[in-house]
Order: sequence, then structure tokens, then C-alpha cells
Amino acid sequence: MSVLIFAELADGSIRKNSQEAIFYGAKVASQTGGSATVLAIGEASEAELAKAGNFGATQVLYVKKEENIMAYAKILTEVVKSTGSTVVVAARSALSDAVLARAAGALKAGFAGNVTALPDTSAGFTVTRSIFSGKAFAQTTITSDIRLLAIKKNVIDVTAGSDTAPVETLSIDTSAEDGSAKILSVEKATGAVSLPEADIVVSGGRGMKGPEHWQPLLDLAEALGAATACSKPVSDLDWRPHHEHVGQTGVKVAPNLYIACGISGAIQHLAGVNSSKVIVVINKDPEAPFFKAADYGIVGDVFEVLPKLTAAVKAL
Amino acid sequence: MKILVCISSVPDTTSRIAFEEGNTRFAKAGIQYIIGPYDDYALARAVELKEANGGSVTVLNVGKADAEPQIRKALAIGADDAVRIDTEPADSYSVAAEIAAYARDKGFDLILMGRETTDYNSGVVHGIVGEMLGMPSFSPVMELNVEGSKVLIAKEIEGGKEKLETSLPVVLGCQEPIAEWKIPSMRGIMGARTKPLAVIAPSAEALTDVRSYELPPAKGAVKMIPAEDAGSLIKLLQTEAKVL
Repeated sequence: MSVLIFAELADGSIRKNSQEAIFYGAKVASQTGGSATVLAIGEASEAELAKAGNFGATQVLYVKKEENIMAYAKILTEVVKSTGSTVVVAARSALSDAVLARAAGALKAGFAGNVTALPDTSAGFTVTRSIFSGKAFAQTTITSDIRLLAIKKNVIDVTAGSDTAPVETLSIDTSAEDGSAKILSVEKATGAVSLPEADIVVSGGRGMKGPEHWQPLLDLAEALGAATACSKPVSDLDWRPHHEHVGQTGVKVAPNLYIACGISGAIQHLAGVNSSKVIVVINKDPEAPFFKAADYGIVGDVFEVLPKLTAAVKAL
Repeated sequence: MKILVCISSVPDTTSRIAFEEGNTRFAKAGIQYIIGPYDDYALARAVELKEANGGSVTVLNVGKADAEPQIRKALAIGADDAVRIDTEPADSYSVAAEIAAYARDKGFDLILMGRETTDYNSGVVHGIVGEMLGMPSFSPVMELNVEGSKVLIAKEIEGGKEKLETSLPVVLGCQEPIAEWKIPSMRGIMGARTKPLAVIAPSAEALTDVRSYELPPAKGAVKMIPAEDAGSLIKLLQTEAKVL
């Protein structure tokens, strides 16, 4: 099968989650005897784009373009047609949701989101996807000629090689889509580790007692090179910015390590973190429900425990 | 302004998830169904926009008759009329095709829904509808204001937010804090009983098919570490869990 991977670019290089998507797409291509082509839209140098080869891509098609959902979807749709691709892979994100959705409409293509494993292509095309915010999985067969897959983050163990892939720059007319929206401003957390892509997340709840008490948590996050997050009540109270809110209606994270500080573990919070590989819970209430979902637990005062953890990390 | 709000009917987010008939069906017994939490935000903002600017709010559900309590609740919250497309929602493509088939040529200025449903979490119906109707689409939208035909939105991007200007008509997938959830008033509940609810036959076909379901493996027991010895956790994370 000809596989096309839609790769997202950030700060001039291929996003980590998109590297996972490329690796996944290349596996599907080799499993079915096809090619793995990357489509990258945005801003990146040829040398950075060629690194898609590290993850198994055999070719990179590049369109230099400012972000515009409608234009990106048009480009993806055109490239699926021109390359004759029958499988399209992307990392699940707000951007890929929007772009793949429009491509699905244009191509009459079946879509499976939050895919967690390689497809079974022995008879038809069946993937496993996570549903109910990680509380279950569904074996889903896609019956259309073109299949669109959004891969859940941190479910594919990537092994990077040293091959590079040739880069070809394309020009696709998107004049009909370009006027559809105008970006007025972009606010991005600066300097910090990106929460959706972080390997380690340190998260605080109401047990942190107020925004002025966040320093011990920030210290641990800094020592670990971790992203910071928070529970819904904390973001509702404006103690922390909304984009840090993880949970059912917030960001869904899937880090290797999630450290919850003063979070009781309501089911809506667990829905955002239950794909984490290892969960540590620190709470002064031994009855906090979060301990049932944890791998390691400490019953104690977060303000006493956090400095000890930070000191231990620094001593490694 | 003519607004269409698409709502899903989904298990309450605290539901215990289980499957039956050889793991081929979701076990509905004892499950409380609610308006999709993200759809509920979209509905709340639609009602606010109608109250501020005039116009109408139509609520649409793709589902069987058992979704009608959720549709009536949306009417009680402030929608004017409702449409139910009489079929089990099978997949994103078919649900979007049902919505697009209904909305085409009806002159909606805004088509709102949640960023994703909380059962299948796919998050693509709004975009497919937008493509099918030739309207721009954006998601996840956290702020929405309409000034004449100008639409100002803020949407979430990885690690932040982006403000955009676009124009009507547009399709939006919504999430908090676009509006506060609304609780129906007694007057709203009484009024909802007599508001029109049309039932329409389905027309779309699905492109995916769920073969079976499974639950994740049970979690092992939690390992407790005494607070006095908190530092030893870091060693365990390094040598035992191997995540540092």
C-alpha cells in the first residue's frame, strides 16, 4: 500500500509525535509492500525535512506555507490523489484532526482516530483504536479505498536510523482557500516543555492551595525536564493557564511518567491521564481515589514531599 | 442569525464501561446518557448568541429514539426546534454526511458542535461537514464572537491558543471555556415539551465497522512509599520503572 504521512512542523523541524507517525507509516508500508512518503507543510529546511528518513520515510514532499487549515487540507487531498496513496497517517493533534477531517470529506475516506497499534492487513484493513478516553479499545475495520489514521501519541516505540530521505518541494494552488481565515495572534507558552509531547509531566491540583504555592512543583518539573499541568478546578480558578488543564475536557496526555501533586483523581481527570505509562500520586488523603490508578503513591504533604523529590533528582 | 447545534447522546463521563455479546456491543444497561459535554458547551454559546443577536437555534442529533431525553434537554436549555436523524451513529463519516445532507440549502450561518464526542473521541465530524458543505471549519474553538458577518474565534493549538478572523457561514468544533454549561429552568423544561422535534430518515452509509471491543488490562497494585523517605521514589523510577 502507498502510505502518505502528514507530518507537522514546529520551530523548523518535524514534531516528535509526527516522527512516531512516520515510523508507524513506514511500518505499514513495509508490511504491505508499499512506499512511505511524507508530506510536510509549513516552514523547515531541507536538511531537517530529510531527517524523515531516520524514521523510515523514503521520500519527503514539502509545501512551504503558513498555517491555514483549509489550504492544508486541500494540499493533503491533492497529494493523496497525485501519489495514489491508499493509507494516510498523522499524529493525533488539534491540527491533524482539522486537516484529516476535511480530507476525509473530500476523498470519501474512512477515518480511525487514536490508533494504538499497527493494522491487521491479512484480510481487509483493521486497526485498534482507543475509545472512551482510554477506558476501552475498538477493533475497527475501514472499508473505504482510502483510509485515514490518526495515531495516539506515545504508543509507538520509535527506533531512529541514520538514513535521510530526498526532499521535493511542491507548489499547489490554494488561492481558493487562502482567504478563508486570517490569523490575528498566537499565544504560546514560551521556554517550557510542550505538554502534549512531554515525556514527563508534573501536575498540580487544588491540594497545591493557590497559585503562589506552585514553586516547589515548578522546581521538580525543571529538575526533571518535565512539562507542567493542572487539574480542571485549578484552571477554572485561574491558578494556572487553561492550556495546562488535563482531563476529560482538557488536554489528554500520554507521557512515560505523570506525577500528580494534590490531585484527588476524579474520573474526569483520569480520562486525561490514563494513557500515561507510569503514574505517581502524592496526596495527603490516603483515601484519594487517584491512588487506585497509580503505580507509586506517597501519602503526605506535597510541600514537604516535593522538595525531597527535587533534591533526589538533582542527586542522580 | 440561524444556528445549527449538533449534539451527541453519550454515556455520562463517570460510567463504568463494559461490553456484551462477545465484546461486540457496548453494554447500555444501567448507563445514564447525557448531552456530549463538548456539545453542551457549543449549545450554551449558541443560546447566548441568539439571546444577544436574535435568530434561531436548531438542535440536531443523529440517533435513535432513546436520545430524545437529551434532545428535549437541549430544547429546554434554549434551542427553538429539533431534528433527529433516525439511525444509530455508525462512524464519523456517516454522521457528518447525515448532518451535511440536512443542513445543505437550509441557510445556517453557524454550525456548532463539540470538538469530539466523549465515547469515540474522533474529533473530525465538524471538519467533514465543513468540507461537504464548502464552509470553512475550525476546532477546538475556545472563544466565539460574531460581529455582522465577521467571526472572531480563539482556538487551541499545541501549547497555546490562536486568534482567527473568519466569516459566516462556518462550522466550529467547540470546547470550554467558550461558555458555561446551562442548566434548564423549570419554564424551559415545560416549554420544551411542545417545541417541534422532526424525525428524518437516514441517507448515509458508514465507511468503518467496529469488529470487537476490549478493555485495557487491569492495573497492578500501587506501591506506597513513606513520605519521610520520598526521595527513594526517584531511585525506583530510575531502576524499577525505568522512566528516568
